[in-house]
Amino acid sequence: MKHTISVHVENHYGAFNRVATMFSGKGFNIHSISIGETEVPEVSRMTIVTEGEDKIIEQVVKQLNRLIDTIKVIDLTGQSRVERELALITVFYQKGTRAEITNICNIFRGNVVDINNKTITLEVTGPPDKIDAVINVLAPYGIKEMARSGTVALKRGEQLKQDKKETVI
Amino acid sequence: MRTVTPKMTGAEIFFESLKKEKVEYVFGYPGGAVLKIYEKLYDVDFLKHILVRHEQGATHMAEGYAKATGKVGVVLVTSGPGATNTVTGIADAYMDSVPIVVFTGQVPTHLIGNDAFQEADIVGITRPITKHNFLVRDVNELALTIKKAFYIASTGRPGPVLVDLPKDVINSVCEFDYPEKIELRGYKPTFLGHQNQIKKAAEILKKAKRPLLYVGGGVIMSNGDRELRLFAKENNLPVTMTLQGLGAFPMTDTQSLGMLGMHGTYWANQAVNNCDVLVSLGARFDDRVTGKVDAFATKAYKIHVDIDPTCIDKNIVVDLPIVGDVKHVLAELAAEMDEAPDLTEWWQQINTWREECPLHYEKNDGKLRSEFIIEKISEKTKGEAVVITDVGQHQMWVSQYYKFTNPRSHITSGGLGTMGFSLPASIGAAFGIKDRPIVSISGDGGFQMNIQELVTAAYNKLPIKFIILNNSFLGMVRQWQELFHAEKYSFTDLSDSNPNFVKVGEAFGLKSFSTNSPNNVDDILEQAFSYNAGPVLIEFKVVKEDMVFPIIPAGQSVKEIMTKRLDPKEMV
Ligand SMILES: Cc1ncc(C[n+]2csc(CCOP(=O)(O)OP(=O)(O)O)c2C)c(N)n1
Repeated sequence: MKHTISVHVENHYGAFNRVATMFSGKGFNIHSISIGETEVPEVSRMTIVTEGEDKIIEQVVKQLNRLIDTIKVIDLTGQSRVERELALITVFYQKGTRAEITNICNIFRGNVVDINNKTITLEVTGPPDKIDAVINVLAPYGIKEMARSGTVALKRGEQLKQDKKETVI
Repeated sequence: MRTVTPKMTGAEIFFESLKKEKVEYVFGYPGGAVLKIYEKLYDVDFLKHILVRHEQGATHMAEGYAKATGKVGVVLVTSGPGATNTVTGIADAYMDSVPIVVFTGQVPTHLIGNDAFQEADIVGITRPITKHNFLVRDVNELALTIKKAFYIASTGRPGPVLVDLPKDVINSVCEFDYPEKIELRGYKPTFLGHQNQIKKAAEILKKAKRPLLYVGGGVIMSNGDRELRLFAKENNLPVTMTLQGLGAFPMTDTQSLGMLGMHGTYWANQAVNNCDVLVSLGARFDDRVTGKVDAFATKAYKIHVDIDPTCIDKNIVVDLPIVGDVKHVLAELAAEMDEAPDLTEWWQQINTWREECPLHYEKNDGKLRSEFIIEKISEKTKGEAVVITDVGQHQMWVSQYYKFTNPRSHITSGGLGTMGFSLPASIGAAFGIKDRPIVSISGDGGFQMNIQELVTAAYNKLPIKFIILNNSFLGMVRQWQELFHAEKYSFTDLSDSNPNFVKVGEAFGLKSFSTNSPNNVDDILEQAFSYNAGPVLIEFKVVKEDMVFPIIPAGQSVKEIMTKRLDPKEMV
């Protein structure tokens, strides 16, 4: 089963590598991984989508917790959460299909962000399954290239607990 | 209280920090990137620098020192090749949870990433084999980083920490401000076990009919051996130990079943297989212990005490996890045990197994055998020496025949199984422990893997007894070839290529002996153990083709245990 895990890490050199190294070293799957700053500048949030049996996921969470640079690890799976992904998709168009493609884009509340004589580039955001759906619908037109951001997620109504500050006495 | 002093160089801060950490020994080797540190070292008198002959040796020495004393072992090497030479020792320390701090020189920060002379990304290389590592980019972070390194290495589940020191950082100056205490928001080991879980464990143990304590290295690391003894004795509980746990409970005590697992005793493995409550104390259900996981202790309610939550439910799913420091959990568990279970029948059963299949070797054919020598050393030292083994058959025979009575007495590379460990690790142990004999036991193969460190032992006049059990084979591999690889003895016969060990010993300045007769063993041991002005080397030329029994073949269960070499007649 797929799990979305949110990890607060120290925003410094090597922290991301440590997480990635742990995943590859332990043979855990990564579907997607994204990282960016949080409301606290010294803390970054990684959102990791991984897959495995419960026993494996339990190990993933424990191993993440064990890293010195991780501050907080939350498995968001099964919790009420907001999940979003952004995709940029460049599709080939012919004379009759340009309108169809922009129409599809509208249905999925996407934006046209670039166009030239052969291709049109769409920007779509939404839950990952919506992105999958857009891609499926666009596939028959011919997708030239595509970039997905990976999932970012927040617990609904989540209040970021102020963890104990690193104190140097 | 903060102590702020006038400005110091990075090199000075380095040594002042080691002083604050009460470091006694640094095992090291100089080079370009750390010259400034060595320049300062020239005037340092509060610690001793031990010059090694290979950086791998330094890491194993630090491990030997740490395991024997419980203190943090410290290594100092240069960048590039100096740093990469430490990798095996770091990986070894990681697998066996040994607290060491390795300082590596690095090219100046502005050259990092330029393929500069003697540059290696040692932080990247060691990321998966350290508990944590640091690249210090600014001299202002140096003291705090060293504080963190020692704190992380020595607390929780201990492990190696590497600190990479670029040359310009070492040359820069700032004020020295060493924090007395630190707290890291991402690192807070759980120390006290959950009260209710401990109560529940006691309730279950009180009702147990066939309980068993399965003791690992965690008991020794937490200094919980006294608590273990009290708890086991008061409740008459049988105790089996892992390779790293040997010595946590005296093997001379009738309640000790010896080691379990692949080369464990028949009765310990039977007890695991038949117990109704298994209490794992600071052990990690390693595959050399469990064999086939589906067949491991299937009848048992499993209680697992460990400070590292990742150990729990990793290999074996347990019924009752208790995360905490084993020493404390044991004390609390003992306090909850107001009635001892009645184990008369269980002990009868265990003793039947003990008699059914005792440890055995041929004693009457006049040939010299490793088991005999180890028994002799055990008697000679009354089980009180610090014995440092290498990896192979001799290692398993030591676990079976040396009767360890104290913790921190059996030092071996268990997790990584690093040949070449014993020789340097015994040097580290000898620096840490002065009041007990230090005995290094290796095979002829492993002895040659860090043989250069003999000079470190000789130069420092360490009274180590270097024992080589020379069977002219890479014995353990030969054993697997005989049992599982169609008797193809591919590249394991060393008889034509081994050096003359006595001459090697003498060349390095060691008093050296050799014999192939059981009749000389007492005499040689007497001479060796009464000489303490420096190291001695003893080569015992033992039977070539003996095997370690019992053996449970990898991935199998106690049902498949082999207790003796099959007679060719029986094999058809
Ligand atoms: C560095 C390293 N290389 C290879 C091995 C694989 N290995 C395990 S035991 C062994 C044989 C050891 O032979 P020896 O040192 O003579 O000891 P014996 O088994 O004969 O007691 C080998 C090669 C290892 N454990 N470590």
